Amino acid sequence: MEILKPAMAGTLESSDAQVTVEPGTDGIQLTLSSSVMNQYGRQIKATVLETLERLGVNNAQVTVVDKGALDCTLKARVECAVFRSCGQSAANIPWGGAVR
Amino acid sequence: MKNAVGREIPDALLTNGREVYQGKNYMDGKYIQKASPRTRRCEKPVDTKVVASLVEALKQCGAKDGMTFSFHHHLRDGDYVVNQVMAAAIDELGLKDLTIAATSLGSAHDPIADYIEEGKVIGIQTSGIRGRMGEVVSAGKLKTPAIIRSHGGRPRAIEAGEVHIDIAFIAAPTSDCMGNCRGIGGKSNCGSMGYAMSDAKYADHVVVVTDCLVPFPNMPASVEAIDVDAVVVVDSIGNPKKIASAAARISQNPRDLMMAENVAKVIASTPYFKEGFSFQTGVGGPSLAANLFLEQYMDERGIKMGWAIGGICGPMVEMLKKGKVGKVIDVQDFDLDAVNSINQTPNHFEMSASQYANPANKGAFVNSLDFVVLAALEIDTGFNVNVLTGSDGVLRGAPGGHPDTAAGSKCCIIVTPLVRGRMATVCEHVVTVTTPGDCVDVLVTDYGIAVNPLRPDLIECLDKAGIPHVTIEELKDKAYSLVGRPDDLEWEDKVVAILEARDGTILDVVRKIKPYDPNKAE
Repeated sequence: MEILKPAMAGTLESSDAQVTVEPGTDGIQLTLSSSVMNQYGRQIKATVLETLERLGVNNAQVTVVDKGALDCTLKARVECAVFRSCGQSAANIPWGGAVR
Repeated sequence: MKNAVGREIPDALLTNGREVYQGKNYMDGKYIQKASPRTRRCEKPVDTKVVASLVEALKQCGAKDGMTFSFHHHLRDGDYVVNQVMAAAIDELGLKDLTIAATSLGSAHDPIADYIEEGKVIGIQTSGIRGRMGEVVSAGKLKTPAIIRSHGGRPRAIEAGEVHIDIAFIAAPTSDCMGNCRGIGGKSNCGSMGYAMSDAKYADHVVVVTDCLVPFPNMPASVEAIDVDAVVVVDSIGNPKKIASAAARISQNPRDLMMAENVAKVIASTPYFKEGFSFQTGVGGPSLAANLFLEQYMDERGIKMGWAIGGICGPMVEMLKKGKVGKVIDVQDFDLDAVNSINQTPNHFEMSASQYANPANKGAFVNSLDFVVLAALEIDTGFNVNVLTGSDGVLRGAPGGHPDTAAGSKCCIIVTPLVRGRMATVCEHVVTVTTPGDCVDVLVTDYGIAVNPLRPDLIECLDKAGIPHVTIEELKDKAYSLVGRPDDLEWEDKVVAILEARDGTILDVVRKIKPYDPNKAE
């Protein structure tokens, strides 16, 4: 999928993550901050990159402000931000396909 | 050298007879030579000991570079005294290389972080360390490693001369002109002044700082004029709103209540739950709520609590007034109900920190305790508890009386949710061991109860009462299945804090954390 416009999903509440995606040209540029960085930073980074890969996003600037979200929450926030960025979040979401 | 809880203690720290932790009651029966202070005689009668300012008091006590100043933390997060004294010593008198030996420190003391960064304060000895001070010490900016002690370990260290206090500063809600202090009757009341008592007896000099001078004699005094060199009257010793909360509220959170109910069930299943039993609980959500459920079991069986100790709050005072508990002995007060009750309600007494928890005296109250209910930041599969460092490796807590009550009591119950956000409370290895696993008996979480295999007698009690329980490994696996298995923290070699066991051996060290940088290629 191609990131067409900046989009955001999630909040800064505890146990949530705020994900922002913006159009990019040079692969995935990830900016990550987390309240649990030292223990879960690697896993958060891996989850975000895997989710983007699964959605076929190859070029984007991605900012994740994590407040201790579980993996399922992180995935959902990344997916939502990406679909919003290309105007596809209102209908025809590929449940069970790219989103699982 | 590896200690009894499997922590590697650098040999460089094992000097002057210092040993690594060997297990519970290792020092039992050994003799100690008590230290004694060098104090000034005040033989000639004077009209008053009140001096004009903190600077005057410091000068009179011969304050100089390299000294150790002590403080107590009854004013909690409302305290102004530590900052006022250090500003007078450093900004006004230009002193440096100072050590702060406090019973605890909190976010009220954030300004001290600047003095650490400037190299003016070079040593910190405390139970609690939080806020900016925790951050700068964790970042390795304090010249010497901070020494973290329990509330019982501190008076032990003072009596053994391991901490020599040059000047003790007593934050006193009321004092007379000679230095008789009380924790009540003023405008910034804290109730018990128990943590200040050893300081006043063992310091070379004692300065009372008060914002309410009362007529002589201020009796019964918590700290007595016979130990006091000077009295300073300041505008305010603290913010009363932050000293004692209006009233400790019992949690309405259903998860807390469920855990509290299970704590009470466990207590009621043991043989120690009988007429005259003794009890201490913390003021955290589920710990405090355990009082409520315990009272139901007491009524059911028609028994009363003999005595309760600790940091005291309203619900315990309420039980005392209702006649459900015989005596309350109090080292610190958490809310106004407790502050207004000490020495007023019959059978509500004050005690010193040494009387409360010192392992080197001949019978601290904790040694006679049946039950203690405590919280934890982390607990590992060896039942070791951490209440000092966050899961990110930064100092932000306090052992307080946790290790003392756990070691002294017959049944120590830890109550904590299995996970907090993404942090697994039950884990493989705690970041820092503050209470060793051989002192912890039962763990109650929202996902199940586990009993320390060292206590087959308690396992039998739970089985007889039909209380389901699992192994602590199962709880750890459950936690990791919810939040993922955390990566091990990475540390530099530099030791930023020494965690002293209550008996004076070294239980653990905190090293400087190496933060994870997601942008660095691995």
